[in-house]
Amino acid sequence: MSILLVLEDSGGKIRRISWEAAAAAQKLANGAGVTAVVIGAQTEALAAEAAQRGFAAVIRLEHPLLAQYTADGFVSALQQLIQKESPAYVVYPHTYQVRDFAPALAARMGQVLIGDVVGIEEGPTFTRQLMQGRLNASFKPAGSGPCFVSVQAGAFRADGTGSGASAPVSTFAPTLDAAQIRTKPSEPFRGSAQTVDLGSAQFIVSVGRGIREAENLSLIENLASALGAEIAASRPICDNGWLPMERQVGSSGQSVAPKLYLAVGISGAIQHLVGMKASQCIVAINKDPDAPIFEVADYGIVGDLFEVVPALTEAVKAAKG
Amino acid sequence: MKIIVAIKQVPERDAPVRIASNHKSIDEADLNWAMNEPDAYALEEALQLKEKNGGEVIVLSAGPERVGSTIREALAKGADRAIHVLCDDLGSRDALGAAKLLAEAIKPENPDLVLTGLQSEDLGLGQTGVIVAELLGLPHSTLIVQVEKTDAGLKVKRELEEGWFQHIELPLPAVLTIQSGGNKLRYATLMGIKRAKMKEVRAVSAADLGPAGAPVLTLENISLPSKQKSTQILPGNAKEAAAALVEKLKFEARVL
Repeated sequence: MSILLVLEDSGGKIRRISWEAAAAAQKLANGAGVTAVVIGAQTEALAAEAAQRGFAAVIRLEHPLLAQYTADGFVSALQQLIQKESPAYVVYPHTYQVRDFAPALAARMGQVLIGDVVGIEEGPTFTRQLMQGRLNASFKPAGSGPCFVSVQAGAFRADGTGSGASAPVSTFAPTLDAAQIRTKPSEPFRGSAQTVDLGSAQFIVSVGRGIREAENLSLIENLASALGAEIAASRPICDNGWLPMERQVGSSGQSVAPKLYLAVGISGAIQHLVGMKASQCIVAINKDPDAPIFEVADYGIVGDLFEVVPALTEAVKAAKG
Repeated sequence: MKIIVAIKQVPERDAPVRIASNHKSIDEADLNWAMNEPDAYALEEALQLKEKNGGEVIVLSAGPERVGSTIREALAKGADRAIHVLCDDLGSRDALGAAKLLAEAIKPENPDLVLTGLQSEDLGLGQTGVIVAELLGLPHSTLIVQVEKTDAGLKVKRELEEGWFQHIELPLPAVLTIQSGGNKLRYATLMGIKRAKMKEVRAVSAADLGPAGAPVLTLENISLPSKQKSTQILPGNAKEAAAALVEKLKFEARVL
């Protein structure tokens, strides 16, 4: 059985989430070798970095038209490589870039990507979440041909994929034509000037849909000021314009790891959890005892936030004297 | 511009979720249904594009009879007409099977643009739009928060991770998946709801769009997620629970 692992890079380095996908690929390989793939126009340094991570081999998928990511370029280049290598599994980190092209590549090869995988069990079966994290579902590939899997951030520990003997590196040059590439991307840019650095906050009070209306945010402000905490939010609050986007925690916002993360009225969809799971102490206040936020919380209060938050504000004030 | 918006009907956000006795689906009894929110953002984008550039907005949705209510909601918000792919087995199709239905329904319309939400709130696959593009042979881009019509086609703003963005130009026809938050969602007006009753909803049977084909993926089992941490739930009324929490944070977690 052969496994291709597609590494994603950023700013000339392999992204950390790629090593998490590597851990998943190693688990799937069960002792057999994993071949890592780096993609770009100049991949020598990326390949050298990957070669030290215990893979059986590293392939440089290289072409001038792969200098910038495009779905058309990546789908065509990877399809050619997969046809040559015919792996049993193709493993990716579940990133925005992978979401953009991997479903199309799988479809082109008559397959379906098993996306957002959080666990791999005997079989193998692959576990992913349904209903915003309320349920787990396990899937099995039924067809023949390569099975495509993308691995959710935070589901596998990257530390295990240590160094080994330097892996042999080879280069594969796909046939690409500029006319094939239909989208014209420009350079990435930062959304708005970051004036809040949630990443360095010690205390964060974070608010979600449960707050219902912008007017009710004063409850959260009072609790935050009693705690000396920064205010953060889940995506819908920022989508509604109730708080600025720069206060959003999650995959599309900031990742935080404060001493105390207090989640108020946040159900805990995976896109939010990946941004705050690493917090030292997590407290969740939610009326729904089955909300997925309780899966990662150290302490929970199941109740109406409109009663609990004012009571907690008073209790914090009293404790701080 | 002729725009098709693919919309999914999903269980309402706060609906109680129960696993069906076969452990392969969720129990649909007593569920309330709503428009998938990311698709509502796709509809909003389509309506705004029409208001700026003229044209037509067609809603496309696959599913059983109940999907009709979500289609009417989209028409009430301002879509011009709708296509309802009648399909009772959507849940047993994989992402490729579902996308095939949509792609086959889209083909004869020859739209300039196909929009859909970036993912559904029930399955959360985030693949349908991309596979539809692949099946139609059209260029695509995902996680789009802004769409601008240009002479050459479209200029879109794509959301990247951690607060980064990127502009992308692409020719028409094209497929885009829309991220939430780019626009403010509109409500249906009373007049809109009245008008929606007069608008055309064309029903197409899934069987007429070609054979379902065997799924590439099979769902083995649905279960409740296991806890990653053992959460201490603090009992009592709001005041008691709050006091207990402060005690714990002070003396047990030592973070206060």
